[in-house]
Amino acid sequence: MNNLDSAKEKISSGERLNFDEILALYEDNDLLYLAESARRVKESKSGKKIFYTINRHINLTNVCKANCPLCAFQCRSGDNRAFTLELSDVEKILSLIPNPQSLSEIHIVSSLHPNKNFDYYLDAVKLVKKNLPHVGINAFTPVEIVNFAKIGGKSFSEVLSELICAGVTSLAGGGAEILSDRVREIICPKKCTAAEWLEVMKTAHKLGLKTNASMMYGHIETIEERIEHLIKLRDLQDETGGFMAMMLFPFHPENTELGKKFNLRRVGAWEDLKMLALSRLALDNFEHFKAFWVMLTLPIAQLALSFGADDLDGTIGEEKIIHAAGAKSSAGITRQKLEKIISECGYQPVERDSFYNEVI
Amino acid sequence: MFVRGELEKIEHKVLSGERLTREDGEKLFACNELSWLGALADYVRKKICGDLVYYNVNCHVNLTNICKSRCKFCAFGRNVDDNGAYAMTIDDAIKLVEEASHDPHLSGLHIVSGLHPTWTFENYLAFVEVLHKKFPALYIKGFTGVEIQHFANISGLSVEEVLIRLKTAGLQAIAGGGAEILTDRVRNLLCPKKATAAEWLNVARTAHKLGIKTNASMLYGHIETLSERVEHLIRLRDLQDETGGFQTFICFPFLPKNTALEKEIKQTSMWDDLRTMAISRLMLDNFKNIKAYWVMLTVPVAQVALSFGANDIDGTIHRENILHDAGATSPRSLAEDEIIRIIKEAGRIPCAIGGNK
Repeated sequence: MNNLDSAKEKISSGERLNFDEILALYEDNDLLYLAESARRVKESKSGKKIFYTINRHINLTNVCKANCPLCAFQCRSGDNRAFTLELSDVEKILSLIPNPQSLSEIHIVSSLHPNKNFDYYLDAVKLVKKNLPHVGINAFTPVEIVNFAKIGGKSFSEVLSELICAGVTSLAGGGAEILSDRVREIICPKKCTAAEWLEVMKTAHKLGLKTNASMMYGHIETIEERIEHLIKLRDLQDETGGFMAMMLFPFHPENTELGKKFNLRRVGAWEDLKMLALSRLALDNFEHFKAFWVMLTLPIAQLALSFGADDLDGTIGEEKIIHAAGAKSSAGITRQKLEKIISECGYQPVERDSFYNEVI
Repeated sequence: MFVRGELEKIEHKVLSGERLTREDGEKLFACNELSWLGALADYVRKKICGDLVYYNVNCHVNLTNICKSRCKFCAFGRNVDDNGAYAMTIDDAIKLVEEASHDPHLSGLHIVSGLHPTWTFENYLAFVEVLHKKFPALYIKGFTGVEIQHFANISGLSVEEVLIRLKTAGLQAIAGGGAEILTDRVRNLLCPKKATAAEWLNVARTAHKLGIKTNASMLYGHIETLSERVEHLIRLRDLQDETGGFQTFICFPFLPKNTALEKEIKQTSMWDDLRTMAISRLMLDNFKNIKAYWVMLTVPVAQVALSFGANDIDGTIHRENILHDAGATSPRSLAEDEIIRIIKEAGRIPCAIGGNK
């Protein structure tokens, strides 16, 4: 039996796909077969429910010492786009949140500031915790955790424990990009390695801290590297079970050094939906897949619900990182609009908290 | 392929090439099974027209936006003394096409315009004559059924005579617009001053008899019911049975911005766009070509629509006016290499075509 046939047989019997089978499905390029199969997997896990949350993004700073070629958000201090929030700014942002009681999650991701120490980040978390004690704090990617460990002279476990004590309730899933050192050497040479990213996640999971996972595709990686990436995540999930949701990020080349250097264009909606469905089929041990509407735009995110996604992320409030790279979506959205988008496709909108518990 | 409960029968019909009924069409619109619809439509598309995706390097020529019809769904039409009202001279049109001809691949013109209150049929005819003479290699598709009926009304000629004169002047095909929804209830509410459903169909029928190919379209997502969408598709299918003269069907989602309906109607979702595309492919079993018009759908949706039954993505356009007045967020033109990339990413074969498909 060839790889495609065995992939289809395994999909219909619910067995796990291997590398060659995932690759065969990719190459077969049958978008609707993938969609239909991924949707069935989604419905077997969460039925007709589609999750969303009332959340808020806070980006503490865009001043960064990593200067990854893939990024349009970061800049050097002194740049006229540079900003760094002081704790008083964070406090002001928190005080301006309308209806803080209805908020479920604060999401904090930032750049690697060259001068701020670990206490700065820790204090920001404490401040959020103090002002919004009922809210889940989904904060920091492993890239930031590795940075904290380096600047604080601590182990990952120590850094994570201190963050947990300060109020972090889960880790963000970003910074995974493609977990291959060949790729990272080109797209983000100064960031943590693939092994470090996985090690941080493993450590977090052992400490009981749930995390998300992600993949950023559509730059200089090969299809084989995408699949290896998925399998690395799946292996770790087998070991720890600590990943809550998977997110797929198409690379937005506008305003990035990487885009310019390799003359990259954003992949099409086809590729976005195909990768989503394929990842849902490959990552059989992940419960949730986010259609992150900021990256995908609302129309494609809505469509993604038919391609295996079960979560639209949230209202967000103000998103800076991806909009710096020319994202065309708006910077925030209302609960009503998210619910409408979900209902329109015959799904049931379910508000969730930071841990996918239903908010009643 | 996956089978689901009560839809199983419809799936069997499609797989065995049997025609779907009005009730089947209504069930499809009620079913919420987007990827299933897509997979079925994709199956039919593959069977009817294979893996080629047509596109053309074309130029839209909108002679005037001054229009006495002033349909509620239109953001393009103006009164003579409105801000932004324009009427091209023949020289303006030549200049526009000359500019577009800098692209050596330019193969066709698409001419649609407002119903100018004082222009005669000869005024419109002169554009075709001159453009055809000056650019004989370009395939000229022009005028919708609405415009043709208007020409007949203002000239006192029959629809047939109007079409013969246009054909003689160099027109090779009729554009598919103006069909909107082919029921009088909808037309009376939205566009009472233009061709009725019967008149629109009569223009198409007459053109087909004269050997002039035409396109067909549906404007959906305004005040029509889902049953009226099905009714519309069946009327087109019936005429196609009779004449076989429709070349391509195009789904137009209604863009409400800057129209009289802006406050009441919200723009359709991508989800509605794709299911409508798929259902159109399934109902219109006698149409070879279904176009995903990227200007209205946006480029990403048009690309995905290639797996929901579409086998045509329209063209480069050069400069789109009508829908950008209605707030279209897509670019005004698309580079040919971008169109090719979009088609190839979808695993299909790009095929540039100027004339008949």
